[in-house]
Amino acid sequence: MAFFLETLFGGLMAGMLYALVALGFVLIFKASGVFNFAQGAMVLFAALAMARFSEWIPQWTGLDNKIIANVLAFIVAGLFMLAFAYLVERWVLRHLVNQEGVTLLMATLGITYFLDGLGQTIFGSAVYRIDIGMPKEPVFVMDTVFEGGLLVSKEDLIAALVAACLVMCLSLFFQKTPTGRALRAVADDHQAAQSIGIPLNRMWVIVWFVAGLTALVAGMIWGSKIGVQFSLTTVALKALPVIILGGLTSVPGAIIGGLIIGVGEKLSEIYLGPMIGGGIELWFAYVLALVFLLFRPQGLFGEKIIDRV
Amino acid sequence: MFYRENGQFKTNYKADQQIFPIAQDRWAIAALLLIGFVAVPLLADEYFFKAILIPFVILSMAALGVNILVGYCGQISLGSGAFMAVGAYMAYNTFVRVEGMPLIVALLAGGLSAMALGILFGIPSLRVKGLYLAVATLAAQFFCDWAFARIGWFTNNSSSGSVAVSGLSLLGWDINTPARKYLFCLGLTVLVALLAKNLVRGAIGREWMAIRDMDVAAAVIGIRPMYAKLSAFAVSSFIVGMAGVLWAFVHLGSWEPLAFSIDRSFQLLFIVIIGGLGSIMGSFFGAAFIVVLPIALNQVLPAIGSLVGLTVSTAMISHAEYMIFGALIVWFLIAEPHGLARLWSIGKQKLRLWPFPH
Repeated sequence: MAFFLETLFGGLMAGMLYALVALGFVLIFKASGVFNFAQGAMVLFAALAMARFSEWIPQWTGLDNKIIANVLAFIVAGLFMLAFAYLVERWVLRHLVNQEGVTLLMATLGITYFLDGLGQTIFGSAVYRIDIGMPKEPVFVMDTVFEGGLLVSKEDLIAALVAACLVMCLSLFFQKTPTGRALRAVADDHQAAQSIGIPLNRMWVIVWFVAGLTALVAGMIWGSKIGVQFSLTTVALKALPVIILGGLTSVPGAIIGGLIIGVGEKLSEIYLGPMIGGGIELWFAYVLALVFLLFRPQGLFGEKIIDRV
Repeated sequence: MFYRENGQFKTNYKADQQIFPIAQDRWAIAALLLIGFVAVPLLADEYFFKAILIPFVILSMAALGVNILVGYCGQISLGSGAFMAVGAYMAYNTFVRVEGMPLIVALLAGGLSAMALGILFGIPSLRVKGLYLAVATLAAQFFCDWAFARIGWFTNNSSSGSVAVSGLSLLGWDINTPARKYLFCLGLTVLVALLAKNLVRGAIGREWMAIRDMDVAAAVIGIRPMYAKLSAFAVSSFIVGMAGVLWAFVHLGSWEPLAFSIDRSFQLLFIVIIGGLGSIMGSFFGAAFIVVLPIALNQVLPAIGSLVGLTVSTAMISHAEYMIFGALIVWFLIAEPHGLARLWSIGKQKLRLWPFPH
């Protein structure tokens, strides 16, 4: 039982991080109708920027304080994502208005290639570490309930906390600020939003920037867990089944979908994996999403798909 | 002046319904085939065959398959690499496990198994559409990646996970030199192109296009969505599977599952989009573009680098290649969202009026 709960916890933590990446997908899809394949590349790019600047800033300025260096690096990486959002809007999205979904999807694939190349040109292609001072040692909890307690990594707990904070901030931003309200209007109906004077182009920049920030946070957490390297982009691909499961247009869906996928993946690897030969983590999430789609084509919380002639 | 159909009167249905109704088109195609089958094998050297011509021909064939599914039937698929892999591995198993198995039977076996898988993973398309379907097809991709790497039976229990074939021959004609490999692939690709062209201009092709344009309306006028979608999946994955067999057997010779990873699926989708969705000719244009571009970049970039006095490292070149490739794709989608095939038809239209455009 304790082992089961530990696996469950591990799955929930992994799922939280999938959910973070998925959140970026959903935000962009809602606001601009773009299925943003570049989210994975954005995670990698942001994490690379963060890792390198937290290393460079102390070298350049002679600062010795790790916290200040990390905060500065975070701000610089955030600025990079802002510039990225602006350029994407200016050079790509603006020219592709009213194109079909698949064309936009391909365009984001092009952006993916570009960003992968750019990130590695500027920041190098080795494995980098992000050291934001997360404690690594595991702790035992609930040792009164189970014999020996449960082994939980402190790092995972903090990561989950950060993720929860981010989600809270985002929902506050979307519900309480004028910009958030405008973004929700754009997500609801482009034309209606434009007709009452909401500048679509600026909204796109903002939403890509917000998605960039979630990518930065996701990249930071993943990066401090497994190091910043090219394989981060494949982790980000896992966010695709998550949003399919949760529904392409639903923020809570992304979070719950992420948790389901994370838990399902870990449990299946432990309990189903040995039966059919291990490594099923690679595809389990996709097949789960596929089977799920057969019964609920719009995902858990997606808008009902209505066909009209 | 030279390219117009004035004076070419069609006096029977047969003449009216031929693939190329304009005589100049027929001559051009005949000339192209002559060049492809006779002139190129005489002139090209080995590097040209191996690096450009053979990949180009095989990828064109795969792109034809993808184009039927994505371009004509409107079902986005990111699992093409998986269908290629299934073709390659099943053909390998029939070829290696049965003594004296003819290549063409193995090829068909590969195509047919890819077709079976295609129909299986096509079933969700009856419920799911658009981008949801694209992600659903990723399941096929990742599942196949895993299956071919982990399940020993597929690779004949090879310890390294990589498999190889040798001694290809077609009815006693050994396929051992690059020129012969090229001719073999080209012959098959031309056959497939002819098949695809005739399918898409027939009744079944019109059904696919109706489903693509609006599936509810198509269902209302009596087209069976299940039949149309699954037949598109079947034909498409059969062709893609055969292309996979060629890629593995003829181009690579020995391969591992990585050869058909998700990057291959993206590459095929790029070819189809850059070439032109819903165009047979476009598949060839797109394949040529995708095959030649990285090679050209590889040649040009160091030259530019040395011109401005920079020594460019190989890692730098590969990153720059990524960037330029990505930027070009975005630029292309913006400049001509309907692909190279559209440029081609615009060119033909202009040529008709030339030199008196008004």
